[in-house]
Amino acid sequence: MSSNRIMTVSRAISEAIAQEMRADPTVFIMGEDIGTYGGIFGATTGLLAEFGKERVRDTPISETGFIGAGVGAAMAGMRPIVELMFVDFFGVCMDAIYNLAAKNIYFSGGNYKVPMVIMTATGGGYSDAGQHSQTLHATFAHLPGLKVVAPSNAYDAKGLMISAIRDDSPVMFMFHKGLQGLAWMASPEGAASELPEEAYAIPFGEAKVVRPGKDVTIVSLSMMVHRSLDAAEELATQGIEAEVIDLRTIVPLDRKKVIESVRKTGRLVVVDEDYKSFGLTGEIIATVAEEDPTLLKAAPQRLAVPDVPIPYSRPMEQYVLPSADKIVAAVLTTMKKGA
Amino acid sequence: MPTKSQLLWMYEIMEKARYYEDTMAAAYMEGKSPKFDIGAGPLPGEMHLAAGQEPCAAAVCVHLRADDTVTATHRPHHAAIAKGVDLKKMTAEIFGKATGLGGGRGGHMHLLDPAVNFVCSGIIGEGAGPAVGAALAAKLKGSDAIAVSYIGEGAANQGGVHEALNLAALWKLPVVFIIEDNGWGISVPKSASTAVADNSVRAAGYGIPGSHVADNDTLTLFDLAEQAVNRARRGDGPTLIEVETYRYYGHFQGDPELYRPKGEVAALKAKDPIARLRRQIIGQGVTEEEANEALSKAKREVDEAFAFARAAAYPAPGDALTRVFA
Repeated sequence: MSSNRIMTVSRAISEAIAQEMRADPTVFIMGEDIGTYGGIFGATTGLLAEFGKERVRDTPISETGFIGAGVGAAMAGMRPIVELMFVDFFGVCMDAIYNLAAKNIYFSGGNYKVPMVIMTATGGGYSDAGQHSQTLHATFAHLPGLKVVAPSNAYDAKGLMISAIRDDSPVMFMFHKGLQGLAWMASPEGAASELPEEAYAIPFGEAKVVRPGKDVTIVSLSMMVHRSLDAAEELATQGIEAEVIDLRTIVPLDRKKVIESVRKTGRLVVVDEDYKSFGLTGEIIATVAEEDPTLLKAAPQRLAVPDVPIPYSRPMEQYVLPSADKIVAAVLTTMKKGA
Repeated sequence: MPTKSQLLWMYEIMEKARYYEDTMAAAYMEGKSPKFDIGAGPLPGEMHLAAGQEPCAAAVCVHLRADDTVTATHRPHHAAIAKGVDLKKMTAEIFGKATGLGGGRGGHMHLLDPAVNFVCSGIIGEGAGPAVGAALAAKLKGSDAIAVSYIGEGAANQGGVHEALNLAALWKLPVVFIIEDNGWGISVPKSASTAVADNSVRAAGYGIPGSHVADNDTLTLFDLAEQAVNRARRGDGPTLIEVETYRYYGHFQGDPELYRPKGEVAALKAKDPIARLRRQIIGQGVTEEEANEALSKAKREVDEAFAFARAAAYPAPGDALTRVFA
């Protein structure tokens, strides 16, 4: 593969959508600024030019209207992709997501399918403050009937988006703004990947060990995978081999891979950019504890935003967000106990 | 103008819906006396009956095909019947049985039948968006199928309905929005909820035609709905119709309706729309025999549906965990 196929996450997403739209005329996309603008976070660049305005529709600012419409279109045999510009905006349209999209398969006893993708931008760290910086993984994972996907890199983003489009159930495709590779927002080097030209589907429910190690398990997703990998680099210089797991999807959640890893390492650190309490970090720890609490040689550590709205001012925002340094410190804490 | 067969169809559907709701009202109270316990008996949970609102269902659905979509409300039975939902499976679903439309997972407010493209939802106003989506799907597929969104006059003030109307108008989608104005948003009369007396004026806000049907008149609605459906099928876009209709029962069964003026329901019943339609159809070429035959047939189907539902088995408890995803 030539190096000019190293592509950003935003390119990976738009390529996935384009390939599926070419293959399947029932796929169409709508949302705010996804047409002419190409998506505020670049996820739909090029689609309007290729597919035209019937299949690539800029909507009014009417999330309840167009996400509800997405549900109706999905139940009428189409495969809509609907963009919720910022995940933080879910408040104005959550009924259509969690009471309609998520439940109509169930209410119909499986007689209806709802093949809809809701793609949405998450994440902070660039001072966009409390209503534009959230990740909210747990909010959607907690409510039954939605699949929830959060890629950490371009390769996964393309394969997971293709799976999402092909899935007959509703999928929340949560992409981190800071991973998109936008010209106007910094992104970690590891976010871009070599992208195979062909369409490929990555199955849901398969976490990936992105760095093997024997001393501690670091479980993460999305942007925090990159922080975890940075932490693992630093820990290696201290003689600690950290195993980093990228969950990739949280519904379905690959609990088995997490347990397998902790069985090997005996130590667990979970990193999530979402709020701490009642969320993903607790879910991962509970998964291990339910399986066998004796697997753990030391108390598990979790890093997440400490139950406060994300503050605007840079020193405060950086204080609440997990970082590589904080992950290193958490790992060192787990290393203090046990052999 | 309706044909004889359309008149008879509407009459039969309305009698069927009326008898269905009255039968349901009686069945609902089983196991719930002497003390009313909402969770007791063969029909636990909430129950919202549409007796009195039959014209809204019959006079619109008479113009629809199986491939047209209807989204309905928490008070869905009359619309479901008019759309041709399988009555046995629908009743079994309401009784929570395994052979119900959703295997018992949905119940009375969540009746979904893909065979006739009927869905309903318990959240006020939330069917409007999906109706727009079904219409969009038809347009993208190059089909002349349309969608009908039923909402109440209370729902007309919900933000999502406004969004759906604007979107349907903007994209010129084949949707007919029917506002069933039964005068009451639970206990709040329209005069206390809505800034305008007649919701059809709001259509102008979206640049679409709007009309109003006074006093639950089936034949007036028949004509307006026919125009709206044809307009939609032609690709000329959506229409809004508000129908002044009657809610004979409470908002929910068990509602003491202390807020309702004494004598209001009796006064509505005195001008019952089904009795009115019957007089009209006899005058327009339907015989008494034909009308009686339609009435018997309607009642028979309802009785069979209830018998089916009662005899049906409950789902295995563990079925609660299945059919979450496709």
